[in-house]
Amino acid sequence: MPRFPSLILRWLSCGLFLVFALTASAAEPVKQASFIPLWLPQAQFAGYYMAAEKGIYLKHGIDLSIIEGGPGRNPSEYLRDGRADFAALWLTTALQRRDAGLPLVHIGQVVQQSSMLLVARKDSGIRTLADLAGKKVGLWGGDFDIPPHSVFDQHGLKVQPVQQSATVNLFLRGGIAAVSAMEYNEYHSILNSGLNEDELTVFPLKEHGANYPEDGLYALETTVARDPQLVSAFVRASLEGWEYAFAHPEETLDVMLRIIKDARLPANRMHQRWMLSRMRALIRPAEGSGVGELSRQDYQVVVQELRRRGLVRAALDYDDFVKGNHALR
Amino acid sequence: MRFAETIGARLILAVTLSTSVIFAGMLGFNHLRSRALIETEVANSAHYLALASANRVEAALSTTARVVEITARQLEQDQINDPRVDPASDRSVRQMLQRTLENNPEIYGTTIAFEPVGSAGAARLHAPYAYRDGAEIKTVQLEAAYDYRVQDWYQIPRELERAGWSEPYFDEGGGNTLMATYSVPFYAGSGATRRLMGVVTADISLDWLAQTIGAIKVLDSGYAFLLSRNGSIVTHPVTDHVMNESIFSLAEAADDTALREVGRRMLRGESGFVPYRGLAGAPARLYYGPIPAAGWSLAIVFPERELFAGIRELTLTVAAIGLLGILLIVLVVVLIARSITRPLHSLAIAAGRMRNGDFDVQLPAQTAHDEVGDLSRAFAAMNRDLQIHIRDLVATTSAKERIEGELSIAHDIQMSILPKMLPPFPHREEFSLFAVIEPAKEVGGDFYDFFQLDDDHLCLVVADVSGKGVPASLFMAVTKTLIKATARMDLSPAEILSRVNDQMARDNDQSMFVTVFCAVLDLRDGALVYTNAGHNPPLLIPRQGPPHYFPKTRQLVIGAVEDYPYQAETMRLTPGDRLLLYTDGVTEAMNLQDELYDEQRLLAVCNELQGEPIFDLVKGTVASIKAFAGTAPQSDDITLMAIEYRGRPSVS
Repeated sequence: MPRFPSLILRWLSCGLFLVFALTASAAEPVKQASFIPLWLPQAQFAGYYMAAEKGIYLKHGIDLSIIEGGPGRNPSEYLRDGRADFAALWLTTALQRRDAGLPLVHIGQVVQQSSMLLVARKDSGIRTLADLAGKKVGLWGGDFDIPPHSVFDQHGLKVQPVQQSATVNLFLRGGIAAVSAMEYNEYHSILNSGLNEDELTVFPLKEHGANYPEDGLYALETTVARDPQLVSAFVRASLEGWEYAFAHPEETLDVMLRIIKDARLPANRMHQRWMLSRMRALIRPAEGSGVGELSRQDYQVVVQELRRRGLVRAALDYDDFVKGNHALR
Repeated sequence: MRFAETIGARLILAVTLSTSVIFAGMLGFNHLRSRALIETEVANSAHYLALASANRVEAALSTTARVVEITARQLEQDQINDPRVDPASDRSVRQMLQRTLENNPEIYGTTIAFEPVGSAGAARLHAPYAYRDGAEIKTVQLEAAYDYRVQDWYQIPRELERAGWSEPYFDEGGGNTLMATYSVPFYAGSGATRRLMGVVTADISLDWLAQTIGAIKVLDSGYAFLLSRNGSIVTHPVTDHVMNESIFSLAEAADDTALREVGRRMLRGESGFVPYRGLAGAPARLYYGPIPAAGWSLAIVFPERELFAGIRELTLTVAAIGLLGILLIVLVVVLIARSITRPLHSLAIAAGRMRNGDFDVQLPAQTAHDEVGDLSRAFAAMNRDLQIHIRDLVATTSAKERIEGELSIAHDIQMSILPKMLPPFPHREEFSLFAVIEPAKEVGGDFYDFFQLDDDHLCLVVADVSGKGVPASLFMAVTKTLIKATARMDLSPAEILSRVNDQMARDNDQSMFVTVFCAVLDLRDGALVYTNAGHNPPLLIPRQGPPHYFPKTRQLVIGAVEDYPYQAETMRLTPGDRLLLYTDGVTEAMNLQDELYDEQRLLAVCNELQGEPIFDLVKGTVASIKAFAGTAPQSDDITLMAIEYRGRPSVS
């Protein structure tokens, strides 16, 4: 049964109030914009929610409404249909959509590396990646299976893919030998279902040849062409929101839990805390490209892999695709 | 005496301490033992409570499960044609769903989801879903809403090839209804040709479950909660925990690895009774046991405060009674201690007063038949005897004092009868005389005497009565008086002593006697007539030549035998000659080495003092004796009498 998009209303009303408040004092008119994250509200997107919550978007002249993501809500489709001005996508997904003809461009890279894991139980005898050969492995749909498939190809592994649901219950019940898990989310869910870390064999994809940048910010080419200021303001405000979230973790957790409860989703503080602390490590890696930027090297690695697997046909130039770096300078 | 040093204080301290220690030990043991008993008891009752609750939950769950199983078996038996191939069968499928809802009011919705047919690309999904909308039953096609193949309710039974309950979830409609779905896979064919046809499910509301678990009342503030197969909290008095927290997230938040381990045991379907932190962190006990049908686990929390409230109350009551008992014991000890120390104390006071001579003291009652009573009685007897003894002593002492006083008087009298005027005859130039008596402590019997018989004759007497004391002094007085009364011009010393002897010996019942040297000196020519009745021989100190003793004469003492014929002897003194008369107190004076002064020493002293005046001769001799005796007590009277004959001047 469809959920009523109460959040949109909420942000709209909140935004409208602030529009009046700001237009009274600022010469710059506040612009309406919308953003859809990759998934359900959780600390994975704390930066955007906090930027909205703390008026950071408004400060940058944007009255932003955050559309609740989740199963069945494909952000690229929201972009395509104009239901959202901005979307969070993995680089692999975005490149595929672009190749398929959706004119989207990269405007900011939030998560600089892969945090995807394959997790197996030690007591199922799986100790190395090769042990997965012929086993049932849970893989997400919606392009999230690109990195694990890339790993399997690189290691010449044939596994028995099982499309993975929104939970890890099939893995917990023993229905599959290994499960896809984001380190900041499903991995903690597994731990919080009573499995201890020392009972698990964990394969981080970034250590097995698929360290692909994940959450990035995207917009249609037309949006960037029409209002480059809006785009760069959105990226800057989003990154500022992340800074705020990392600087005020408890307040951020309070806000996220409230939003999660409003969305009638399971709200667990420990889980969100785990997620926020992992996001911090992902967004501020010790080395690599600057915060918000997509390095050319990472871009080339992902494009080559997608082309090798035939998921992308054209060799799209970095500068034709990445339009957001100037916004950060 | 400080309080801590009293017997009473020591007794109270020792008894109170030992009693308290024993009592506290017993109380502690009793408390712990009771707690252990209660714990066992509670563990047992918790076990049955959990079992009963789990059975109720299971019964309800298995009712629904059976309905779904029957539907699945029916689908397998009927070999229903796939509705996607045979639209006619779609109607019967829908009827089946409808009937299920009609017959089972607890089921909220039910679906028969068919495994897609055709290749993956052309997969045709088909899943009619019947559900209640108020009193109506409506049907929708689930495949229109989502791809049910990646829903847990479809995928898990499909992959595991067995029926099962889903994780509880909140109603998709946005309601607050907690739901769970039972899914049963159904197959076509059998053995090697068996293939999955689809999955039948039924959704039930778990509200009744929350009510059932919530209705488990444990004491006042105890409660129960239910964990899903994943450890998620399905029912809990803290509603915010429900489906938000898991036992593992609670353990993580509290950093409680033990709780995490308990959670793992619960998920493994074990049961146990462990310490737990209840609401607001209150210490509690947790009983957990499985609900096998769903793989869930039921936990019952017993707040420790209430669990052991009875015991705490009992312990407090017993402690209060014990305290009263100890106070009572202290009181008894105080009384006993006082019954001992009070008499002792008054005895001590009495003894102190008795030391000061006050025997009229209050003694404690001697009625008790114990050791203190014995002591009191002995003390009273001692007091009595002491008083008698002291009374006797006082009487004896006063008698002795009286006697001593009388003796002293006797001594004075004795001394008073001796001639005192010395030199006695200052107007006489023919002789010079000096005498001294150093009485011993006791009344003795020495005396000397001199008197003129006429102008030309001087009688000299030195005597020593045998024995000492009053009889001796009386005897001496008698002797002196008799001699003086008897002496006449016409009698020689021998005649005088014979008469005196007759008088004395006649009525001498006491068998006392007296040695006497009696002499009569003719002052005209120095002729000396004398009789020595058993007395020491006098010493003649001539003017020229060495002094020498008179020859010893063996005549009997006076008072021994009547009619004894005393003989007189004569000698002549030339002017300048001296006579020294003395008693045995001189020659028998003893020093500390029990040596006698003896006659040789007397002779030597007189030889030295030969040229001195007679006063110095006598005094020097006495000094010599005293020097010899030293600190040795004087045992006898020392009597010395010296006379120097000068001769009658020619002019007269």
